[in-house]
Amino acid sequence: MADKETVPDGKIDLRGVLCPINFVKTKLKLEMMDSGQILEVILDDGEPIRSVPRSIKEEGHKVVKVENIEGAYRLLIKKA
Amino acid sequence: MSERTTTQRIDINELKSGGFIKQTQKDLFTVRLKVPGGRITPEKMLKIAEVAKKYSRLGYCHLSFRQSVEIIGVHIDDFDNVIKELSTVGQKIASCGPRVRVPTACGGCEYNPNGIMDTQSKALEVDEKFFGIPCHHKFKIGFSGCPIDCTRTREMDLGFQGVVYPEWGKDLCTGCTLCAKACLEGAIVSDKEGRPIFDLSKCLYCGDCIRACPTDAWKGKKKGWLVRVGGKHGRHPREADHVANFLPDNKVNDFISATLKWYKENGKPRERIGISIERVGLDKFKKEVVNPMLKS
Repeated sequence: MADKETVPDGKIDLRGVLCPINFVKTKLKLEMMDSGQILEVILDDGEPIRSVPRSIKEEGHKVVKVENIEGAYRLLIKKA
Repeated sequence: MSERTTTQRIDINELKSGGFIKQTQKDLFTVRLKVPGGRITPEKMLKIAEVAKKYSRLGYCHLSFRQSVEIIGVHIDDFDNVIKELSTVGQKIASCGPRVRVPTACGGCEYNPNGIMDTQSKALEVDEKFFGIPCHHKFKIGFSGCPIDCTRTREMDLGFQGVVYPEWGKDLCTGCTLCAKACLEGAIVSDKEGRPIFDLSKCLYCGDCIRACPTDAWKGKKKGWLVRVGGKHGRHPREADHVANFLPDNKVNDFISATLKWYKENGKPRERIGISIERVGLDKFKKEVVNPMLKS
């Protein structure tokens, strides 16, 4: 289902960025995009992967793919 | 002013029940104000500030540990005016002594993302219905919206904490593993396809899996209150006993009524309910209060 969406419209690498700055940066990036576009976000394991997806959901966006990449996570987010 | 004298007209115990607490200074009292659940409007805050500026002879307020605003150093001759001026914004005086106190609560589910149950409206409702009822000793009720338990319900004579039962549906699950990442209790681990293996015995019913799930494969099957009884702080703290899970919201008042009745019949003067429970046995409390409540 998410395969067609693997070419993102924007990217942001948030490895090493702490909560809640990582979420704020994701949010600001999404604000510059159009509804339906896909943002790729790379998040650290631990608190970031625990908190950021939940906050994205609360804002109404959709996490369409989650991929484990060597100690970090690659998320594809569809803007609401 | 009338010619009544300070010493004749005031019954100290009567005053205490009304939230006027004697200080070390002669004729000065702490006036404890009622702030159920710790929520207060700016209008009330402004009026309290105005009254405190006018009548606090020490020039400050104190924020009590149970969410009250206390005006410190009010002279006994000013009581009438303080009550009258505060009442213009509906600000009431709290209580002390052996009775049901003003309930405490966390911010609740209206704006806190962790909130499961509406602690604020419950605190108001319970304050309305039970505040000031005489007991063998003080009786403190508190509400926490989720298992983080900011209100410290384990220290309450009767504590209610929000819980949500998570239910997983495989049809909506994409195997993203975010639920397992979100669960701090290790109650969810992912299988090879990324799908959750759920261990109910480790679950605290916090709902983090439900909030994390991008596809709503995890849903809240039911919400309610986890109930704790017999907690206290003070010189000899006692952790409350966990006596019920998923008590429906509309049963909270009945649970409080039944507990107060049981305490009246089984407790002794100057004995907190936790000590009564230790003396007569938790099983008796469960049999006489909890079981009938969960059945009906």
